[in-house]
Amino acid sequence: MRFSEAWLREWVDPAIGTQALADQLSMAGLEVDAVEPAAPAFDGVLVGHVMTVEPHPDAHKLRLCTVDVGADAPLQIVCGAANVAAGMRVPVATVGACLPGGFKIKKAKLRGVASFGMICSAAELGLAESSEGILPLPAGAPVGDSVRDVLALDDQCIELDLTPDRGDCLSVAGVAREVGVLNQLPVRAPAPASVDTGIDARVSVTLSADEACPRYLCRVVQGVDAAAETPLWMRERLRRSGLRPISAVVDVTNYVLLELGQPMHAFDLDRLQGDIQVRLAQAGESLALLNGDHVSLRDDTLVIADAARPVALAGIMGGAETAVDADTTNLLLESAFFAPSAISGKARSYGLHTDSSHRFERGVDPALQAQAMERATALLLDIVGGSAGPVQEVTSAQWLPQPLALNLRRQRIGRVLGVELDDARIEDILSRLGMRLQPRADGWQVTPPSSRFDVLLEEDLIAEIGRVHGYDRIPVTHARSAATTRAPLEMAFDPERVRQVLVARGWFEAITYSFISPEQQAWVDPALTPLALSNPLSAELSVMRTSLWPGLLQAARQNLARQQGRVWLFESGLRFRPDGTVLHQEMMWSGLMTGSARPEQWGEPSRPLDFFDLKAEVAAVLAASGCERDCQWVADQHPALHPGQSARLLRDGETLGWAGTLHPSLAAELDLPANLQLFDLAVDRLGNAAKPGFSPLSKYPSIRRDIAIVVDASLTYEQVRDGIRESAGELLRELLLFDVYAGEHVAAGRKSLALGLMLQAPSQTLTDQDVEAVISRVLEHLASAFGAELRG
Amino acid sequence: MSEGDVAAIEDLHAAAAAAVGQASDLAELDEVRVRYLGKSGLLTARLKGLGKLPAEQRPAAGQAINEVKVVLQGLVDTRRAELEQAVLARRLADERVDVTLPGRGQSVGALHPLTRTLQRIERLFANAGFGVEEGPEVEDYYHNFEALNIPAHHPARAMHDTFYFDDGRLLRTHTSPVQIRVMEGQQPPFRVIAPGRVYRCDSDLTHTPMFHQVEGFLVDEQATFADLKGVLYDFLRNFFEQDDLRLRFRPSYFPFTEPSAEVDVQCVKCGGRGCRVCKQTGWLEVLGCGMIHPSVLGHVGIDPERWLGYAFGMGVERLAMLRYGIDDIRLYFDNDLRFLSQFA
Ligand SMILES: [Zn+2]
Repeated sequence: MRFSEAWLREWVDPAIGTQALADQLSMAGLEVDAVEPAAPAFDGVLVGHVMTVEPHPDAHKLRLCTVDVGADAPLQIVCGAANVAAGMRVPVATVGACLPGGFKIKKAKLRGVASFGMICSAAELGLAESSEGILPLPAGAPVGDSVRDVLALDDQCIELDLTPDRGDCLSVAGVAREVGVLNQLPVRAPAPASVDTGIDARVSVTLSADEACPRYLCRVVQGVDAAAETPLWMRERLRRSGLRPISAVVDVTNYVLLELGQPMHAFDLDRLQGDIQVRLAQAGESLALLNGDHVSLRDDTLVIADAARPVALAGIMGGAETAVDADTTNLLLESAFFAPSAISGKARSYGLHTDSSHRFERGVDPALQAQAMERATALLLDIVGGSAGPVQEVTSAQWLPQPLALNLRRQRIGRVLGVELDDARIEDILSRLGMRLQPRADGWQVTPPSSRFDVLLEEDLIAEIGRVHGYDRIPVTHARSAATTRAPLEMAFDPERVRQVLVARGWFEAITYSFISPEQQAWVDPALTPLALSNPLSAELSVMRTSLWPGLLQAARQNLARQQGRVWLFESGLRFRPDGTVLHQEMMWSGLMTGSARPEQWGEPSRPLDFFDLKAEVAAVLAASGCERDCQWVADQHPALHPGQSARLLRDGETLGWAGTLHPSLAAELDLPANLQLFDLAVDRLGNAAKPGFSPLSKYPSIRRDIAIVVDASLTYEQVRDGIRESAGELLRELLLFDVYAGEHVAAGRKSLALGLMLQAPSQTLTDQDVEAVISRVLEHLASAFGAELRG
Repeated sequence: MSEGDVAAIEDLHAAAAAAVGQASDLAELDEVRVRYLGKSGLLTARLKGLGKLPAEQRPAAGQAINEVKVVLQGLVDTRRAELEQAVLARRLADERVDVTLPGRGQSVGALHPLTRTLQRIERLFANAGFGVEEGPEVEDYYHNFEALNIPAHHPARAMHDTFYFDDGRLLRTHTSPVQIRVMEGQQPPFRVIAPGRVYRCDSDLTHTPMFHQVEGFLVDEQATFADLKGVLYDFLRNFFEQDDLRLRFRPSYFPFTEPSAEVDVQCVKCGGRGCRVCKQTGWLEVLGCGMIHPSVLGHVGIDPERWLGYAFGMGVERLAMLRYGIDDIRLYFDNDLRFLSQFA
């Protein structure tokens, strides 16, 4: 909503400046988006009276004018405009004037003739984007006066960004009501016009969708001059409200829309066939609109129709066939109330948004139609002439919004706002808002005015009281809450802790989009059909990720393309896995690492990272969530991972996640390094670990024995480890693997493992015999169970 | 003892003292010690030769030799200490490192600035007793709109450009549905914040189709707009670490709160004088809030006569931008390490 400050001040004129007014509106919930001057800066432009117009002796497109600007002698001015004529009042930029853009007017010679100034067009004064010819001023404009004063150009355009509930402020009248309330001033509406009905022409109206249109007014106006010029004052107000002048009839309906908030429409009566019906469209009907669109109508759409066909999208836009043009002589004026529910979403569904639909969607005062009709008729008769017929009104009272009687409890106001207001203050605020009050024992019965169709509940009244009283005058308090807060369990998964661990170990946190392209999705989960958006922004962002890996892989590619050699990224977020009719939205922690195991540094050779670097990182995450000890790494295959370097992580037999090297084919396809590592952990399965428990410390020394064994290469470390733990018994405190070797001196298909066994007893010093007994038990078991040989 | 003997001991003393003084390292010093004081050293030999002297001379000669021995031993010890000191000094000099060389090992990564901001928000509200709850991102129509009093086709809906799925579900357009999910499962009182990702079908210089919000709400037998102001004053002043930060509550409209307000803080960049960040207004809009609408409480079966509540919601991207001076929202989801590493 954009309006001229001067126009508003005609209705209500508080003794505050523009900025204070703008702040006041913003603080009352009518947010001011911009305050802009109505015209750019210029000076030295006076009202001139064109006395004579002669042809230029040497240029047939130029004219010599003598113009009276109230000075001692008339000025000679050379003018190129075709519309300059003797007797006109025109804006004259006199010598020394400064026009918008800093253009200075000097004495000039045009084709040998001296010119003492310039007659200006609207565009040259910044009052239009483009214009043909000079700007004619009203005939009564006082010669010699400043054009800025005559056109009241020292005005501001105020732009409001209104919330959807405040449809009542989509007019000068509505804003004026608010300003009146806020400044405790009366509002001066233009004197109600009553129009003489000189003729008795009528068009009959049938409402056949009266829930959608419970009130329809129309009136015939005959014998108009539709080609008449819209007066400058009206064109200026429209322009300052952000509307382009179009034609006198349309300008008048737009003016009433801006002034009162009632959208209106004018049909060319002679192009209507028979009576008016307000009805729902029928399937198969179509309509050519004023803007040149041709729409096929759906049967949920309210239309204005004549006997033959739809002629307007009700409350949205008129049809082209019945539009008023310069040849129109007879009009049918419409002023109707369409229910918001009938208009909401309809304009949008046809790809339209108009000043009319904007208002009807938000709500129009259901009592405004007759007033608007009178106002528009009076303006029309003034501007285009003609005679008006009687107003015909069809109303379906049962569907008109009924006045509400709301109970407002005194005590509830304090309970909601937290401030105690005395009755006089409350009554003052509500009455100034046009509400009717009836005292009750516990408060009031309140009837809002028809313009405040947004006030439906006691809470809405309380909000109005708070708003007008001023939110800044509500105190700042701290109440004690009865709510208890349950702290997280000690062994619950703690995302902050895991983040700290990863960051401390060199990881950067990424946040990637939850929607990806189907191709990216197929990199990782080719067998899974992802959930697809019905209205994606693009194919790149069209399916919900079933894994966080595609986003991380994409981020890695981009970073590598930016010459980052080492990319360690993790992300936490939901993945979306459809499973029949069920959608699993699972919180995942995922990571991607590529590049060197350590950052490039002096004094240490660089080493490309591999699966076991990844494993240490995953182990750190698991340790930070307390469940490293109960997790099992099982060699398994994943479509995105190297079949020989990938593991499924299990906890209590359930899959906790995956870790492994990117599949070499995928690495080649995506142009990513072959040693890229990925992990993926489901948070639901982390946490709830056993809390740490104390066991007494032994006072006796521990003894270390190292063994080197040779076993089949296919034997896993886990098997060896478990075999040792089992056979060593409780004296084994700790087992350390310190070398794995295959190659020279080890038979093909075999590998050597070097292990340190730390032995300790809780209540005695171990003797050599004790230690030997354990070691030989271990070696015997390894030999019999796995064919392990002691390496010489 | 003859004069000759006395002179010989004197000579021996002088030669030994000179040799000790000239010993340039510990090995040489030890050689000198052995030569004079060792088991078969020259002084030791003198002692052993005492037997050849007349008996009456022996005590005096013995004493003289022993005195020289003690003096020499003292010289050797002193010289040893000197040489040891020199060795240590040399070693320390040799072992000197350039302490300005970088340290070795793993470098440190960084949290995403949005997470960093979310953690701060969560901590500040945790101090005020708010617990954290989460909800699904693929939501149903009821929780995202209907239960929050947002009717279909209402112009308020136009503020939410929604991503839909074919089955009618949608990506939540705000974190407010968590309010409904928490309230429908439990009885008041509640004091909860709900951080998370939200989605709107909008992408340009200042909008990304995914962004983050934190919703907070409290439901209790006593909760007023004044209390809501209290909670938000505390939060925003702590968040921006400015005890005198000015706030402005402007009436606004949200279908799920009444009364509703938008909260502006005095521009944290220019202090309210007006700058590019605040578009010369001196104010920055940071939050929406209000008293929970009675129909929202009604939807989840909570009696609005007994219980009152307030709710607020904020955009995390915006708060992080203001806090860290980030000027392009799209950087958040580019995951450019040059950007991420600035938040280490
Ligand atoms: Zn600023």
